[in-house]
Amino acid sequence: MTTTTSVDVPTTPETKPGRPPGRRAGVASFAALLLSPSLLILLLVIGYPIVSALRLSFIKTVDGVDPDTGLVTHSSVFSLANYIDIFRGDTAAAFRNAFWNTTTFTIVTVIIETTIGVCMALVMNKAFRGRGLVRASILVPWAIPTAMSALLWRWIFSADGVANDLLRANILWTTEGFQAWLAVVIADTWKTAPFIGLLVLAGLQIIPAEVYEAAKVDGSSAWRTFWRITLPLVKPALVVAVLFRMLDVLRMFDLPFVLIGPQKKSTQTLSLLAYNDMSNLHFGPAAAYATVLFAYVAVVAYAFVRLLGADIVGRGVGGGR
Amino acid sequence: MRGRRASAVSVIAGALGVVLTLGACGGGSKSGSTPAAGTFDAKGPITLATGKDTSGYLQSALDKWNSAHASEQVRLIELPESADQQRQQMIQNAQTKSDAYTILNVDVVWTAEFAANGWIEQLPADKFPLDKILKGPASTGQYFNKLYAAPYLTDGGMLYYRKDLLDAAGISSPPASWDDLAADCKKVQASNPGVGCYAGQFEKYEGLTVNFSEAVDSAGGKVVDDSGKPVVNSPEAKKGLDFLVNGFKTGVIPKDAITYKEEEGRRAFQDGKLIFHRQWPYQYKLASATDGSSKVTGKFAVAALPGLSGAGKSSLGGHNLAISKFAKNKGSALAFIQFLTSEPEEKLHLQKTSEAPVYSELYDDPELIKQFPYLPILKASVNDAVARPRVVKYGDATTAIQEDAYAALTGQKTTDDALKDMQDKLTSIIGK
Amino acid sequence: MSQTMPAPPVTDKPVGKIAAGEKRKRSRIGDSSPWYYVGIAVIVVYCLAPFYWMVVSALRRPSDQFSNSLLPIPASLDNLKAAFSPSNGFARGLLNSLIVAGSTTIITLVIGITAAYALARLDFRGKGATLAAIIATSMFPGIAVVVPILQLWTNIGWINTYQAMIIPSLSFALPTAIWLLTAFFKQMPFELEEAAQIDGCTPAQAFRRIILPLAAPGVFTTAILVFIAAWNEFIIAVSVVNKSEYKTANVIVSQFTGQYQFQQPYGTQMAAGVVVTIPLVIAVLLFQRRIVEGLTAGGVK
Repeated sequence: MTTTTSVDVPTTPETKPGRPPGRRAGVASFAALLLSPSLLILLLVIGYPIVSALRLSFIKTVDGVDPDTGLVTHSSVFSLANYIDIFRGDTAAAFRNAFWNTTTFTIVTVIIETTIGVCMALVMNKAFRGRGLVRASILVPWAIPTAMSALLWRWIFSADGVANDLLRANILWTTEGFQAWLAVVIADTWKTAPFIGLLVLAGLQIIPAEVYEAAKVDGSSAWRTFWRITLPLVKPALVVAVLFRMLDVLRMFDLPFVLIGPQKKSTQTLSLLAYNDMSNLHFGPAAAYATVLFAYVAVVAYAFVRLLGADIVGRGVGGGR
Repeated sequence: MRGRRASAVSVIAGALGVVLTLGACGGGSKSGSTPAAGTFDAKGPITLATGKDTSGYLQSALDKWNSAHASEQVRLIELPESADQQRQQMIQNAQTKSDAYTILNVDVVWTAEFAANGWIEQLPADKFPLDKILKGPASTGQYFNKLYAAPYLTDGGMLYYRKDLLDAAGISSPPASWDDLAADCKKVQASNPGVGCYAGQFEKYEGLTVNFSEAVDSAGGKVVDDSGKPVVNSPEAKKGLDFLVNGFKTGVIPKDAITYKEEEGRRAFQDGKLIFHRQWPYQYKLASATDGSSKVTGKFAVAALPGLSGAGKSSLGGHNLAISKFAKNKGSALAFIQFLTSEPEEKLHLQKTSEAPVYSELYDDPELIKQFPYLPILKASVNDAVARPRVVKYGDATTAIQEDAYAALTGQKTTDDALKDMQDKLTSIIGK
Repeated sequence: MSQTMPAPPVTDKPVGKIAAGEKRKRSRIGDSSPWYYVGIAVIVVYCLAPFYWMVVSALRRPSDQFSNSLLPIPASLDNLKAAFSPSNGFARGLLNSLIVAGSTTIITLVIGITAAYALARLDFRGKGATLAAIIATSMFPGIAVVVPILQLWTNIGWINTYQAMIIPSLSFALPTAIWLLTAFFKQMPFELEEAAQIDGCTPAQAFRRIILPLAAPGVFTTAILVFIAAWNEFIIAVSVVNKSEYKTANVIVSQFTGQYQFQQPYGTQMAAGVVVTIPLVIAVLLFQRRIVEGLTAGGVK
């Protein structure tokens, strides 16, 4: 919960005159009442694991094997060693590589997804016969469970798969190299562009028609209308959609795992590093990776919200006025 | 203003308090219920955690047991198909000291790790007919000369070859060495240009560790010596790795094979794209299928793996049954393991699933050989097979092996560098 | 449907017009542009082509499973039959998935809407911090959450229960839901509520009668996304449940095996993939007409 104070300290209460303090105190406790179920669940299911991972990440365990019984012996000390190890020696190279992959995956897929998603929404936001069907078909990639779509893509990209057939090429997609990275990007954008598309569509549907009529009266071109009116109005929904996509891609795990394989450098992400350590029983280093990733995600999210989404976080009521 | 903020904070603090208390209470109550180690008296209902029952055999065996043991019912817990996920589930249950799983169906390479971490119970060796069991599989259940897991199923690699093509090229017997293999391929390919020569499992996963170790062992080298010390940076090991690396370079091994796990290779062999294929016994039935899925039905045979000069050595696969340290009713668990690993049950198992038993006698049974013609070859393979490194940190060891072997196969490292790096990593992992 | 009907207009601009749902024009680009239909076609093909491959793979005979022909000829239902073979318990898994994902969606919407209402429409201190805390919970790598949750559920005896799956799903879905709903609610002009309150509505009534119906497309979209996310959840479900009666469809599919060791049940898995996807799509098709079109009071003509 280290970031709770990092975003926007609201500054508005004093700027809203004309309401008696009693009523405002009432509003606050009403808000607390409305928020408490959500906060309780999040604390229970996520807060507790975060706290326990944080604790674990500061415990450096040295394993040994008892020469007589063969049983594992542990000696643990409280230290920063797990964090220091990330940036030192062999693990530093692995970390840099995973950090690079995580970052490039995020930047590239989010840009592509947003572009495709917004195009999808604009197309769908028009009344035409079969609009429901089109919308349902756009849902399909998002609706297929990731593990299964990763499997599907693995077969599409296999050496004798349909991708090579269609391209009349013999690319070994799942071996180390740029093509593996590209395969993950293709599969990920296919799966998640609909997420952005659907949310932007919902944002578009909420825009009152009058706004567009006014634009029409002004004689604004379609392109201009899009940049000057549509985009700013769907921005709240778009910003949230993109934000959550970023959080997801930064933690991406099962797609490279199933599609390319957990040990491949070309597609190893920070989540995969943490997973590999965890499955080899290095719980301290795994927790340290998880914590570093958590911090990285928090920084990215903070920067993003600061840059684009100030109106989402809100400065009290009526931020729009 | 202060008051309001305080209220929000107190909600959060309160919730956190609940969470922490829950954790603390639970942890305390759990530790008391763990029974003392090494006793096999308690009887009662138990569970068997295993990858899915492929043929329904396991359920029928369970039904047989359950109808005779009303108060010691065994419930099947089916884990995901992938071995990684099975291991992950078992480790999670051990970490939380859960008693959900009583009997664990463990891969032979997990035994050391599970035993050393104190997750599985030491078993009384005298309860199992270890003298009737093939030596290789019998040793896989041991850790520090104590039995931790009962030998259950075994597996060894064999060379599947296209008998029809060899016959047509006038070659009367399967290759005994790697040189023969390459020479045979040249002859066959002269009249069958499109067909690839040899493949195994070379994707970067556990199968690569198996295939790399086989190459090293078949060239007279070793990955670890008998005392467990890594000795992979040797001239013999280099010859083994060179066989694979040069295979890729010269085209003896087709390029696609770098993406092959068991199933990709099987498809290539069944489609008639390979002359020789290193594979487990399971492929035999599938490649003999008469429903049109296999193009090589009746056209292939199996032989022992070839080596550098003469016969090669397989890596040992298979599964053992172990009892979770945190389980209840270990008495019933031991009795059930004895039942499931008994010779008659293993025979039924083989007949229903074609998975290889650990009993020596079954491989000589004429009735079974009729059904599974490869049994004598498999027996020889298992008998000579070499176990993968029996180390506590097996996960780290196999990752290191895959890392450098793959780098050598894909030309990222020379064989010398790869073996040197592998040796260094294994030394620091195994610590000797 | 009564509660979804908008309140009578209380002022005449711009609230009245929207609330009465007079028109919601959707056409932005020239209606007759052929490029427009090309765009639709491209999008549909892009989205469906890989799925088509899944369907084709599911319909192939197991014996020619790995053919690359574009049509499954001859077609067969063997893969589907294998997926539904009684020993798998796949049908029961689908029901369990429905229970878990359905409950998750309903609970997420109820508590998510209340939370988002507070965050979007009420004025209180600590709002930014609360939103930050909520989003922070979806920054932690999911794989690191499993063991502590398993420990917790083991300690309180929740292994093999529905709530052991629902509550984690809820916590994965809540941050997205709350942020999205907050964004949608914020988009509504504030005059709407104030006007309603002048008319004697309580804030809650004003919210329910005016804001919620207007934000319906957003609420509905959020519901779809939450449902799908919960429907697809795997790592918690596979860890906290070991009895077949409670396993979700995803977990059941992960247990599919071939007839022999190592044999990968690709066709059955693809058949199962189609089976778990199509109901979602049909449900969305049916519901969207009723709910969205209903709530926006016949906006599309």
